Amino acid sequence: MAEAHPVGFQWVMEAKARGAKIIHVDPRFTRTSALAHTHAALRAGSDIAFLGGLVNHVLANELDFREYVLAYTNAGAVLREDFRDTEDLDGLFSGYDPEHHQYDVSTWAYEDAEALPPAGSGEAELPGEQHSGEGHQSTARAESYGSGGASVGGKPRIDETLQHPRCVYQVLKRHFSRYTPEVVADVCGIPVGQFREIAEAVTANSGRERTTAWVYSVGWTHHTVGAQYIRTASILQTLLGNIGRPGGGILALRGHASIQGSTDIPTLFNLLPGYLPMPHAHQHFGLDEYVTTDAGSTGFWGNMRSYAVSLLKAYWGEHAQPHNDFRFDHLPRLTGDHGTYATVKAQLEGECRGYFLVGENPAVGSANGKMQRLGLANLDWLVVRDLQMIESATFWQDGPEIETGELAGSEIGTEVFFLPAAAHTEKAGSFTNTQRLLQWHHQAVEPPGDARSDLWFYYHLGRIIREKLADSTEPRDLPVQELTWSYPTEGPTADPSAESVLAEINGHGPSGPLAAYTQLTDDGSTSCGCWIYCGVRADGHNHAADRTPGSEQDWVAAKWAWAWPANRRILYNRASADPDGKPWSERKNLVYWDEENDRWTGADVPDFEATKRPDYVPPEGARAQDAIGGAEPFIMQTDGRAWLYVPAGLADGPLPTHYEPFESPVDNALYSQQANPARQTLSTASNPYHPARSAVFPYVFTTYRLTEHHTAGGMSRTLPYLAELQPEFFCEVSPELAAERGLENRGWATVISARTAIEARVLVTSRMKPLQVRGRVVHQVGLPYHWGTNGLSRGDAANDLLSVVMDPNVHIQEAKAATCDIVPGRRPRGRDLLALVEDYRRRADG
Amino acid sequence: MADYGTQPRMGFFTDTSVCIGCKACEVACKEWNGVPGRELDLLGTSYDNTGDLGADAWRHVAFVEQPAVELGMPSVGAPEQQGESGMRWLMSSDVCKHCTHAGCLDVCPTGSLFRTEFGTVVVQEDICNGCGYCVPACPYGVIEKRESDGRAFKCTFCYDRLGEGLEPACAKACPTDSIQFGELDELRERAAGRVDALHEAGVSQARLYGDDPSDGVGGDGAFFLLLDEPEVYGFPPDPQVPTKHLPQMWKRAAAAAAGVAGTLVVSFLGRRR
Repeated sequence: MAEAHPVGFQWVMEAKARGAKIIHVDPRFTRTSALAHTHAALRAGSDIAFLGGLVNHVLANELDFREYVLAYTNAGAVLREDFRDTEDLDGLFSGYDPEHHQYDVSTWAYEDAEALPPAGSGEAELPGEQHSGEGHQSTARAESYGSGGASVGGKPRIDETLQHPRCVYQVLKRHFSRYTPEVVADVCGIPVGQFREIAEAVTANSGRERTTAWVYSVGWTHHTVGAQYIRTASILQTLLGNIGRPGGGILALRGHASIQGSTDIPTLFNLLPGYLPMPHAHQHFGLDEYVTTDAGSTGFWGNMRSYAVSLLKAYWGEHAQPHNDFRFDHLPRLTGDHGTYATVKAQLEGECRGYFLVGENPAVGSANGKMQRLGLANLDWLVVRDLQMIESATFWQDGPEIETGELAGSEIGTEVFFLPAAAHTEKAGSFTNTQRLLQWHHQAVEPPGDARSDLWFYYHLGRIIREKLADSTEPRDLPVQELTWSYPTEGPTADPSAESVLAEINGHGPSGPLAAYTQLTDDGSTSCGCWIYCGVRADGHNHAADRTPGSEQDWVAAKWAWAWPANRRILYNRASADPDGKPWSERKNLVYWDEENDRWTGADVPDFEATKRPDYVPPEGARAQDAIGGAEPFIMQTDGRAWLYVPAGLADGPLPTHYEPFESPVDNALYSQQANPARQTLSTASNPYHPARSAVFPYVFTTYRLTEHHTAGGMSRTLPYLAELQPEFFCEVSPELAAERGLENRGWATVISARTAIEARVLVTSRMKPLQVRGRVVHQVGLPYHWGTNGLSRGDAANDLLSVVMDPNVHIQEAKAATCDIVPGRRPRGRDLLALVEDYRRRADG
Repeated sequence: MADYGTQPRMGFFTDTSVCIGCKACEVACKEWNGVPGRELDLLGTSYDNTGDLGADAWRHVAFVEQPAVELGMPSVGAPEQQGESGMRWLMSSDVCKHCTHAGCLDVCPTGSLFRTEFGTVVVQEDICNGCGYCVPACPYGVIEKRESDGRAFKCTFCYDRLGEGLEPACAKACPTDSIQFGELDELRERAAGRVDALHEAGVSQARLYGDDPSDGVGGDGAFFLLLDEPEVYGFPPDPQVPTKHLPQMWKRAAAAAAGVAGTLVVSFLGRRR
């Protein structure tokens, strides 16, 4: 965190000054470790074993927050008789189809739940049907659970004693029973003593009086089991009662500024604003099907129709009317996986002919840079909007493939348009950070030269296209012709007003700007560009720009910017009170039931209907939020409960299971199933894989960032003051590995994978530590990934070493754990480089 | 120490126990003061590629890696600051000390170096003639001549910002408040309290450096909280202003001169006889 989020790390330091214990778990000893009380070095890719060990510690010693677990989680839910756990099937769950590497998830459901028709819908539907299978997996449906889990067909039967052998609690206990401290040591390389110390610290610091927070970054997400990493942390935090309470939670530190914003109002193929799923061509023929299949009938997603209709009104205004399904047909449709890597494959196959790169440098920043560049070289046109002339715009001129002769500039047909972009200081707008806080930034200066804001680019591009299509009678052009596309422009560059866009996002009804998403309707009388952002401009005031200093308000600081939804700072905060509505403890008091005034109150905005009594019991047949009881805090879930076990929505298992990274130097200590059976591979010539336990690629490597540089480097390698701080690409190795391979500090090393070989200067450091894993020593090579051929600070790109192999839920590549070889000296040039890699590949496969 | 009237002496307290080595201070300093960039060079000394303070580096973050001591030796450092392995990675942002008795200022023949109303020591670029006397006069090796230019440069304590009521750029940019700016007297009190708190928390090696007005430079305007011996961070353990003995030397010279004069008088007197 100190490396990639130094500004946010000030709060960790403040917590430390106030007595918090800081534990850092990371393959490397980083600047974060330097300031932590404890650093646990674990093997890259072994986190589920570590976290599973903590879950086992809690369950085996009955250290869970039992009242919280009983009341607020699905611990007592009884599972189907035909469900089989990895304990029964040696690393697989029931329903696995080995031919298609996919699960049929029907056996993962709650018992009897399928007998319950979704209340209100009038039709019986198998729970999970819309939450599994090819369509679900390829379109990354799991990502739409950014605000609440998958919908299930009804509330589960709960065994309050937690003794039923098929209840979640017992299944969980059995599932994690083999994740003992000894297994953790064997898999992760963390000594038993240190593991116990951490386990005791975490559990001692959880309960009524205390809470523990987990903070992660892409070190958890960049794995073939990335979503399950977060799930394991969720189980631990839920068992310990650390969700919905001050000082608890699982905090995802995002990759860069406003990445949270880019999933809320997404730049992803599979989502519409507010985590509404992008409709699917073969499932969603009309608004009714769309809403029925994806809305939970109970919980706040039960109002999905209002959110969707208001969005359609924002898109198509007066043209969106009840008689035409509010122009639902105008929305694009999915037919499969259109994610980044699938798109690159489509480029290689000639299907994708044009590409926009906006603030993205895949030639350096994405896994398997060669595959990225070969894709770019096979386009008709490419638009690059960036602050600097990045490698993804110049690959045709000086990319690594030009040097090796794999590509020749004269033979590349891609027409590249480079359009300089305005920096954040040169335009107004908002950032949404990891805690869902929208923070407004005002324009400080005009952008230089031809540089323009993204708003400018898209608004004027749309304006010109609309002008060109104005007279078209083609039905396909109607969605563009009918778009609401009138934003006031301002300043010398005719920049669209960012405030007006925020106003459209906030939405309006018959009486002006909306104040809360609960005001949204499905009759077309309200318009809202993103339902979770509704209220950011309540009363026409830009709350994202609120900046009352912390010293002038209480500790919740509600007057600093605006958090979605409803300016709530802690989600599911009904859980900060006990089932009766009283705070679990005075020390951790946040939101509670005020009996005298008959409403929820407290320091934060209650994440609950303000006047729903704690003893409210939903009547038979209730739907949407009315189906959520007064003691069920998880209001976005169809059953109102936190899920220790996920009955629907995940592609690779209802419970997290330790699988080895796809390219691992060791066997799986826990099951004979080596890697995630549902992992997503990508088959193309430039994406060869290593066999597991390869002697040719004996070392683990992991990629990461340094505080001195920014992601793929376009914003930092080009600036003299930042370039000089980390002036070139380097790798980090332990003194032991240096001795084993003859590497010298400040000398050169060549790092080789089946994809390519790169060279790096060597830092020999005791911060890298050989680990004892599966009875042998495992060395790890550290590779910061910021470098490329352009800019002032230059070097080979670490991501060129990676293959593309992905998590099946969200299509995220395994960038944090793979295997390699490392030898002293610089890499060969030209054709010799290809020959070296070919030789390695042959030996690995032989 | 000179009398600054109602303006109290301002200083830096750099608490290295919370430094995360982000180098924001180095960058903010260069941005604000327009300090030239340096030649790119990977030094191979942990994450430090700045190397030392100089004409083009007015802030410098040192990175000290202290591997675990093997062979059953007691591990280095206090338990507070080390992981399982006993490994420590110390980081510290160094800067001109703005000494109470500043050697650079003492030897400057042009008056380019002067003491400001804030008690800080500043080189005036338009007066410096590049004689370089200040360079060896600094006991910390801070001030340096810029080769391309010939004149001497160092931290100005952001004199231009101070005049506008702003804190220096490095302190402003420091995310963890490792670099603290304020009235020196108050900072010294705060620092003493911080050392006590760290000692209580088991960090027995915490100590202050440069805070003592009776040291060889009369105390620093920029002082530090360290977690090890000063030498570990590259600080001289007992800095002495080289002009320390100048007053005595002048006294002796004066006495000698007086002696010579006396002898002359005597000789003249003698001649009269």
